[in-house]
Amino acid sequence: MNPLDTIKGTLIAGFVLAAVLAYVAKCIAGM
Amino acid sequence: MEELLWLDRAIHIFFGVLWIGLLYYFNFVQVPAMAEAAADKDGPGPAAIGKYVAPRALLYFRHAALGTWITGAWYMMAIYGHSAWTLGIGKESLATTCIGIGAWLGTIMLFNVWVLIWPNQKKVLGIVPATDAEKAAAKRVAFLASRSNTAMSIPMLMFMMASNHGLPFF
Repeated sequence: MNPLDTIKGTLIAGFVLAAVLAYVAKCIAGM
Repeated sequence: MEELLWLDRAIHIFFGVLWIGLLYYFNFVQVPAMAEAAADKDGPGPAAIGKYVAPRALLYFRHAALGTWITGAWYMMAIYGHSAWTLGIGKESLATTCIGIGAWLGTIMLFNVWVLIWPNQKKVLGIVPATDAEKAAAKRVAFLASRSNTAMSIPMLMFMMASNHGLPFF
């Protein structure tokens, strides 16, 4: 099932992406 | 032009709220409402939403997206320079990396609006001719692009804010 088919799945996907990218950003910035 | 950056920033925020506000309207209100209206056999149906509301909402939506990007790109270039587009790699500046990631997310979202959502919505709404099969396929592509943008809006807004206010998590 595609998580984007539901609002709940969409919001969870968004927060997971935010957390992953936050980690990546801190690595790039040398933190 | 630097003395006009405050105005550029204000317009960027105005267009940004209009864009993402309409994105959330489509995802949280219009799409579920149209599905409910289509399923309600005794009701007035979704035709009026498709004829009077959706085209007007899409008009503001896609132009607000373009306006947000142009004013945002100008502002970012003025404040951070080219290194923001390269995510501040090698600069060790969290603010530059954050605004760069936010800008790239916004750029992907702008692409989705103009290349995936709008051309397919034109088929769905009958603005351009399409067969029923083409409309069904167009509806799915537009829906997934819209939902992808809703998901991406969460990190996009977080990174825009994080450039000045710091990152949450960890």
